[in-house]
Amino acid sequence: MADNIVEIDNLSFGYKGRLLHKGINMSFPRGKVIAIMGGSGSGKTTLLRLIGGQLVPTQGEVRVEGQVVHKQDRHGLFQLRRKMGMLFQFGALFTDLSVYENVAFPIREHADLPESIIRDLVMMKLNAVGLRGARNLMPTELSGGMARRVALARAIALDPSIIMYDEPFTGLDPISMSVTCNLIRSLNDALGATSILVTHDVKEAFSIADYVYIVANGVVEAEGAPDELRQSTLPFVHQFVHGEVDGPVPFHYSAPDYRRDMLRGQDA
Amino acid sequence: MLKRLAEVLRGMGHRIIDRIWRLGSGARFFLYTLIYSGESFRRIHLTIREIYFTGVMSLLIILVSAFFVGMVLALQGYNTLQKYGSSEAIGVLVALSLVRELGPVVTALLFAGRAGTAITAEIGLMKTTEQLSAMEMMAVSPIARVVAPRFWAGVVSMPLLAALFSMVGVLGGYIVAVPVIGVDNGAFWSQMQANVDFQADIVNGVIKSVVFGVACTMIALFEGFDAPPTAEGVSRATTRTVVNSSLAVLGLDFILTSFMIVT
Amino acid sequence: MERTTMDLWVGIFAVAGAAALFGLALKVGNLTSSSVGETYTVTAAFENIGGLKPRAPVKSAGVVVGRVDNIQFDSKTFEANVTLKVDKRYPFPKDTFANIYTAGLLGEQYVGLEAGGDEQSLKDGDKISHTQDAVVLEKMISQFLYNKASESGDSKKAE
Ligand SMILES: Nc1ncnc2c1ncn2[C@@H]1O[C@H](COP(=O)(O)OP(=O)(O)O)[C@@H](O)[C@H]1O
Ligand SMILES: [Mg+2]
Repeated sequence: MADNIVEIDNLSFGYKGRLLHKGINMSFPRGKVIAIMGGSGSGKTTLLRLIGGQLVPTQGEVRVEGQVVHKQDRHGLFQLRRKMGMLFQFGALFTDLSVYENVAFPIREHADLPESIIRDLVMMKLNAVGLRGARNLMPTELSGGMARRVALARAIALDPSIIMYDEPFTGLDPISMSVTCNLIRSLNDALGATSILVTHDVKEAFSIADYVYIVANGVVEAEGAPDELRQSTLPFVHQFVHGEVDGPVPFHYSAPDYRRDMLRGQDA
Repeated sequence: MLKRLAEVLRGMGHRIIDRIWRLGSGARFFLYTLIYSGESFRRIHLTIREIYFTGVMSLLIILVSAFFVGMVLALQGYNTLQKYGSSEAIGVLVALSLVRELGPVVTALLFAGRAGTAITAEIGLMKTTEQLSAMEMMAVSPIARVVAPRFWAGVVSMPLLAALFSMVGVLGGYIVAVPVIGVDNGAFWSQMQANVDFQADIVNGVIKSVVFGVACTMIALFEGFDAPPTAEGVSRATTRTVVNSSLAVLGLDFILTSFMIVT
Repeated sequence: MERTTMDLWVGIFAVAGAAALFGLALKVGNLTSSSVGETYTVTAAFENIGGLKPRAPVKSAGVVVGRVDNIQFDSKTFEANVTLKVDKRYPFPKDTFANIYTAGLLGEQYVGLEAGGDEQSLKDGDKISHTQDAVVLEKMISQFLYNKASESGDSKKAE
């Protein structure tokens, strides 16, 4: 157990009463790429926020390096967060700072280094994502894929031991997609970090992840190495992995009977 | 019928509780801003940058408005004063109106429209695009890094802007009164100096503008920070900034003036 | 925006704002005429000061020479002790008269100094002994009415 850098233990959470997660257990071994998959709105982003300590679980706990996240005081929480890098869904770059300054931001905030060293560090990180040449651009001048990569450079600026990716593939063209995909794997191995990859893109996730959790209806529906899941005969997993329209996850959002709804007229 | 009434009452109660709750969270936000203010002074360039965006960028509208307000005051004042044969008192009238009331109040209202809305929209947008969340995840407090420097910038800018407003307004009044209308130059200034008191008028005016600076900047910051993270949420928050700042300035002005006149 | 240009603008803004504040204090306000200039303090006792207030002007020959600093009630003499701050540039003789006047019919009240003929000048902390009280309008009117009434009474008796 000692080698799980993050552990989620019987976690329940809900916004305003309605439970979104109902007793989730996951563990994230050091050095691996772990994918968390699930449909939109299944609470994947929320799960990352729980790991980062931005939300407090209703029940259960999240442990990072053995420490319970929501029991930390502010200082302890900030100490933990320094070990994490998070890539937000749309990058969340600071729009008033240049690419260079965005990547330099966490370094400037947390380390009192001379400008020349900061410059070397920033160049190194930008080089790792292949955007050293874009350092003087402003975030508004970047394409979606480039912005995501700059955000990635920023997320790894302080060499975190945990990197979290929130849907890094959405809205990317096929080339950017495979670039990002390879980047996640290679960065993970180069930095010796642990990556938590939240996505619903089966193909990409399966190609780089060591282990996959599939969440639905607030619980972990299935887990295993990509190959195991591909072979799975569980109906839900089969539907999810192969992207079928109807199955255990119905096409229709739960609604009253169609005929009754129609007959009832406007007051519905 | 009774049910309808109960519903209306419930709605009213809900809104009142909502207001009080917001007031409470606003007060807590203010407290946190003060607690996390250290960095705004230790890394002064963060604050200087915001003074540029709130203070310097508001200069043009403040100066132009001040000039016109001063000229109008002189015209209106002359029109009334000459009936009583005391048109030399025009300088007093212009200076007192500006220093005691119009300088701080009009500056604060313009500030809310120019700088306050910009602050709310910027912070609301930072929230919408998850920049604030990202900052928190980098173990950087958005209150210390984003809110506090803007707050102090507003508090510093407001009295400077108000002083410039009053000064330029007096110049505008002078231009109308002396060269245009032909009031005696010496009388214009000497009457003004004899009747404008440093403590009672000028210092009190500065106190007012500092209080307005705190109120306007805090409201703008809180509305931005509290905005629902959607386009509509941010646009509503921006409107609320103008409405709430204006009401706060006028209400506070009444309270401060009554204290200053009594003592 | 370059950081240096920004700093420059903020610097200009701060200097201009401070200059405006100074301008207000010196050119618009009365900081030069009374608060900053060196003064000496004299006191004067009045039986009735009417509506005189602290910071009211002290004038001589129509020129402002100082300000009323403080007004206190003396419970031994039942008089008002008025402290005046007078500009050092204007020395007054020891036997100067201090009167309380009203500017216009209903205007603000001020202290008027009328120089006497003494060789020696008032020094800091001295007391002006010759004073004349404020004219209280109500008193004057009632006195006037009383006089009129008694006058008409007298003339009736004479008939
Ligand atoms: N701040 C919030 N307040 C209330 N409900 C929220 C909030 N954030 C997300 N939700 C709801 O929680 C659910 C899961 O959201 P999220 O974690 O973003 O899902 P995912 O990332 O898997 O698409 C959604 O139905 C969303 O409406
Ligand atoms: Mg999401």
